[in-house]
Amino acid sequence: MSCAETHILLHALLDGELDAGHAREVEAHVRDCVRCAGEFRAYRSMREAIASAGLRFDAPLSLRRRIEKALPAAPQRAANRRAVLKGFVMGTALSTAMAASVVIGVIRSDEQERVLGDVVSAHVRSLQGDHLTDVQTTDQHTVKPWFNGKLDLAPPVPDLTAQGFTLIGGRLDYLDGRAVASIVYRRRKHVINLFVAPALDSPSQRTKLLSSQGYTICRWSAHGLEYFAVSDINADELREFVEKFEQSAG
Amino acid sequence: MLVSPQLTPARARGEPAREPVWEATSGDRQARALRFRDAALPYLDDVYTLARYLLRNSSDAEDAAQECYLRALRHFDTYRGPEMKPWLFAILRNVCRAELSRRSGAALAAEEDAQADEEASPLWQEAPASPEAAMIRQWDAETVRRLVADLPITFREALVLREVNELSYREIAEVVGVPVGTVMSRLARARCMLRKAWIAEDGLRT
Repeated sequence: MSCAETHILLHALLDGELDAGHAREVEAHVRDCVRCAGEFRAYRSMREAIASAGLRFDAPLSLRRRIEKALPAAPQRAANRRAVLKGFVMGTALSTAMAASVVIGVIRSDEQERVLGDVVSAHVRSLQGDHLTDVQTTDQHTVKPWFNGKLDLAPPVPDLTAQGFTLIGGRLDYLDGRAVASIVYRRRKHVINLFVAPALDSPSQRTKLLSSQGYTICRWSAHGLEYFAVSDINADELREFVEKFEQSAG
Repeated sequence: MLVSPQLTPARARGEPAREPVWEATSGDRQARALRFRDAALPYLDDVYTLARYLLRNSSDAEDAAQECYLRALRHFDTYRGPEMKPWLFAILRNVCRAELSRRSGAALAAEEDAQADEEASPLWQEAPASPEAAMIRQWDAETVRRLVADLPITFREALVLREVNELSYREIAEVVGVPVGTVMSRLARARCMLRKAWIAEDGLRT
């Protein structure tokens, strides 16, 4: 290896970009050539000096806020979605007053806020990467037994294909620190996550339709189980889903 | 009977109730925007830092970073990975180049021509040979930032992408749109220039 080649390749060596063969050649040349050895040391120490000086800039907070505001559907703006509410109660974090003038307003408890945040996070997480389902099948008789031994509950897994909601699988997830079942359905291109957890002591809850961060959430309890259905489909459709589910799960 | 405060356009147009087009699209857009925030916002400091070095002006850098995120969101549908950071940088680079050529298109072109000439000349003969030249003193952050900012843009860009943004050669090649070999020689030359300026700074102070 020549000095001319070494003068370029030593940078790749410093950057850890050389394959083993070339790295050995450059190292051998640097060992034998005083001039190249001096170069190598100089660039190595300059690199260290650059790293310890710290050349990064922090983005100003005002810039971060401006960008967040410019993104559509930032959580602050998510309350714009309104929905048909026949017999359901919907509350939104930012438009309680508005909701109250239209329907019975619900002022959410902290607990509910936290749980809804958890539900939405779990839903969003499930859509990222490859973790929508642990067991992927349209067969209800495969999904239901899959939860056996994984959870202390046996969630109903009705086949709702005829009603327009396709079963696509199941998954273990966590809500509020508890392991829960998630049964995943699809409505056209939209995913519905149905989280099922053991109900906590409380008596059966009426069905509540809620919205958080632009997602529609339906919460209810029945037969000792608590349910959260979450999706980006509209409130009408989610309510339809819940009705069909309850009828079939009976 | 409670009614919706607003009819969805789909229904207003008499389309089947099962296809509420407007609602679904809006839901998609919101879900997509949330995914975009989670994926892209963690790199805001990186994006802003690169913009600072490319434009050498803090308020222009803020504008460029914002424009970069808006463009990235618009093209998020076609984003197929693998890495978010280089993808954002490629967008930012276009934004910054547009700004630089708006400031002076002729100056940008002339600077790049001069750099192309410089790239063609052999590198290693320029390397200082004396043992003293190997001594590298530690400068404070402000000084090092200034020395880096004074490099010609082609070399400044390569150096910042590597030393500050910590991209691999392959990622830099993708962002800049040149072969990996060119990235390597640009980095070698950028460091050679920086080292000369670094040592010259020593002379200025003593």
